[in-house]
Amino acid sequence: MMDRMYISPAYEVVRDAARCTTCRLCEQQCANGVHAFDVRTGRMTADNGRCVNCHRCVCMCPTHALKIVRSDDVYPENANWDAQTVNEVYRQADSGGVLLSSMGNPKPQPIFWDRLLINASQVTNPSIDPLREPMETRLFLGKRTAKIERDKNGKLKNTLAPGLTLEVPILFSAMSYGSISYNAHACLARAAEELGTYYNTGEGGLHRDFYRYSRNTIVQVASGRFGVFKDYLGKAAAIEIKMGQGAKPGIGGHLPGMKLTADVSETRMIPQGTDAISPAPHHDIYSIEDLRQLVCSLKEATEYRKPVIVKVAAVHNAAAIASGIARSGADIIAIDGYRGGTGAAPTRIRDNVGIPIELALAQVDQRLRDEGIRDEVSLIAGGSIRSSADVVKAIALGADACYIGTAALLALGCHLCRSCHTGLCNWGIATQRPELVARLDPDVGSRRLVNLVTAWKREIQEMMGGMGINSIEALRGNRLMLRGVGLTDRELDILGVRYAGENM
Amino acid sequence: MRTIDAEGMDYAQLNAQVRSCEEEEICITRCIGQRYIGTGLSGRRIVVDGTPGNALGAYLDGATIRVNGNVQEATGDTMNAGVIAVAGSAGDATGYAMRGGRIFVEGNVGYRCGIHIKAYRENRPAIVIGGRAGSFLGEYQAGGTIIVLGLHTDGRPIVGNFCGTGMHGGEIFLRCEHVPPRLPAQVRAERIASLPAEAASLVQEWCAAFGRDARELLSSAYIRLTPDSNNPYRQMYIAN
Ligand code: SF4
Ligand code: SF4
Repeated sequence: MMDRMYISPAYEVVRDAARCTTCRLCEQQCANGVHAFDVRTGRMTADNGRCVNCHRCVCMCPTHALKIVRSDDVYPENANWDAQTVNEVYRQADSGGVLLSSMGNPKPQPIFWDRLLINASQVTNPSIDPLREPMETRLFLGKRTAKIERDKNGKLKNTLAPGLTLEVPILFSAMSYGSISYNAHACLARAAEELGTYYNTGEGGLHRDFYRYSRNTIVQVASGRFGVFKDYLGKAAAIEIKMGQGAKPGIGGHLPGMKLTADVSETRMIPQGTDAISPAPHHDIYSIEDLRQLVCSLKEATEYRKPVIVKVAAVHNAAAIASGIARSGADIIAIDGYRGGTGAAPTRIRDNVGIPIELALAQVDQRLRDEGIRDEVSLIAGGSIRSSADVVKAIALGADACYIGTAALLALGCHLCRSCHTGLCNWGIATQRPELVARLDPDVGSRRLVNLVTAWKREIQEMMGGMGINSIEALRGNRLMLRGVGLTDRELDILGVRYAGENM
Repeated sequence: MRTIDAEGMDYAQLNAQVRSCEEEEICITRCIGQRYIGTGLSGRRIVVDGTPGNALGAYLDGATIRVNGNVQEATGDTMNAGVIAVAGSAGDATGYAMRGGRIFVEGNVGYRCGIHIKAYRENRPAIVIGGRAGSFLGEYQAGGTIIVLGLHTDGRPIVGNFCGTGMHGGEIFLRCEHVPPRLPAQVRAERIASLPAEAASLVQEWCAAFGRDARELLSSAYIRLTPDSNNPYRQMYIAN
């Protein structure tokens, strides 16, 4: 019997010998050590077993001599036991370990965004040309429960709770320094400033170099409270309490000591080389009352100047949970669907726990409206928003704005190789190795992020114009602008959407 | 010194007064359940007469708080620096995730005291408890020092169940003869004849805070709990 099962590589590196000039750039670019120069033959070789298919070499090869193909080595055909499932059993029999993966759930479960279609005006209620007419994408996040009060001179008093102002209904979702690199954070912070939106520190603290982006920074407070202190809370436009994350609902985080470089340890405020363990729950929060206490203590600590966001994973009881959070004093609820990304999560959790954001969002919005407390909070939807069309659909289902994480990383070069947990990201994103981090140029990266979001903003304006809507706030919860295709009655019911072809 | 009579005052109102007070020394009298007192404060000395509510001294950043009375839950939550001395007992989740400073409790503490306290550079958080502690003392402890002196007289055990669950750094000293039952596998217990210097000076500070005699406390034997590096708290993962 074999002690360790041989698992044949999933990918093959194909090199066109006629094009390759043996410049050895691929060898230098691959942190996984796939490529090597064979002095004996004077040719390049590839170790397929090390390839994670991140496409760094393919993109960098000056003569386009490389491609990565799926290996055609196959196990006996079996619809029940596909190769991935079989290999997972082998890996666990080899090691006794819990399977660890990264990025979002790659399984072919239904994507409801793709079963929703957007309306457009025809003949009556004409569409609007966004190139000619003003098209408002600015919005505010926070409580909308201001009372009309006048001072003794009859002037209106400002009773609005502090909120966030966004020029686009898109924010960058929480990604900690540690899970992603310094340069990746620099890209997100700069782009957020330029776009008039926000990036989110995640639970890893905030590097002092980024204090200057404080007006565009959301800081996170998670169960481990890493890096949470007065200055950190002070350097934020909003504070997000992380109760859960879509990619791994119900479990905590564990940044292994080896990833805690000097700089990362400084922002997390824990000694270098120790494990950073975020317990699964906040062990002081067992109820909405307890949550309220954390919300209020953060507001006290920041003198009621900042809105507080509570982020939860989309799970079965999302609507009831959101209703509780809306009564906890929080200003904004962020709901993260089960297809959201992560720097590392147990495979089984990533692929099997939680529910789709589309269904959770529709139910949360409906519940808050039914209870008459929708204005107590704003809703941010995330996990996973892939395009401007997803943003429009999310807003029509009831979101005020959307978090994007994976899409932002794609803009920075990520090729979804799903090996962030190895810390060897060849694109300089999910790594702390200086030579890899240096590959991500903050000038280029921030420009690409600005390009992406600007392009989405234009597309959102076009879709809005098509519907005859000239303000993003008028689209919120406007489910008549959506129709379903290929959905069951039950699904339509949960989404609160009619079938395509049905009239108003 | 400024005195604030907290009788009938809402917590937000009380805390706004504390924050805006120019004076370094503040005395809050007739405190009854107001929460979040001293949140994030530095450079003040606050004395509280009565019973402050939850999250006293949350995110405390260098201020000194003395309470003549008991305190409720989550005292010193995520505290960074400073001293909280309670001449009474403290409720659950005392010192949650504190990173620096000291909490001295003359009496007992409730459940989950010292969860996830962690040390960082010169910041070494410490919690010294005069009486006994409830279950889950030092849960997820990542650094710093917790000392339980066991001066309570009600005959109950010095700590409840599951002391040090998830502990992966720091140390706990219990002034007792026997290793508490039901310790998790990743916690190592040893009997020591006397306290090491740093812990001893914490006990002296505790005695100074409450006018107690340190001699007996310093000559006692203690059980010292530390994470067992041969059996660390972590999951075995395999890249997939
Ligand atoms: S980068 Fe392209 S041309 Fe250069 S050695 Fe690799 S495959 Fe050949
Ligand atoms: S961030 Fe890097 S390691 Fe993670 S999936 Fe993208 S390319 Fe791969």
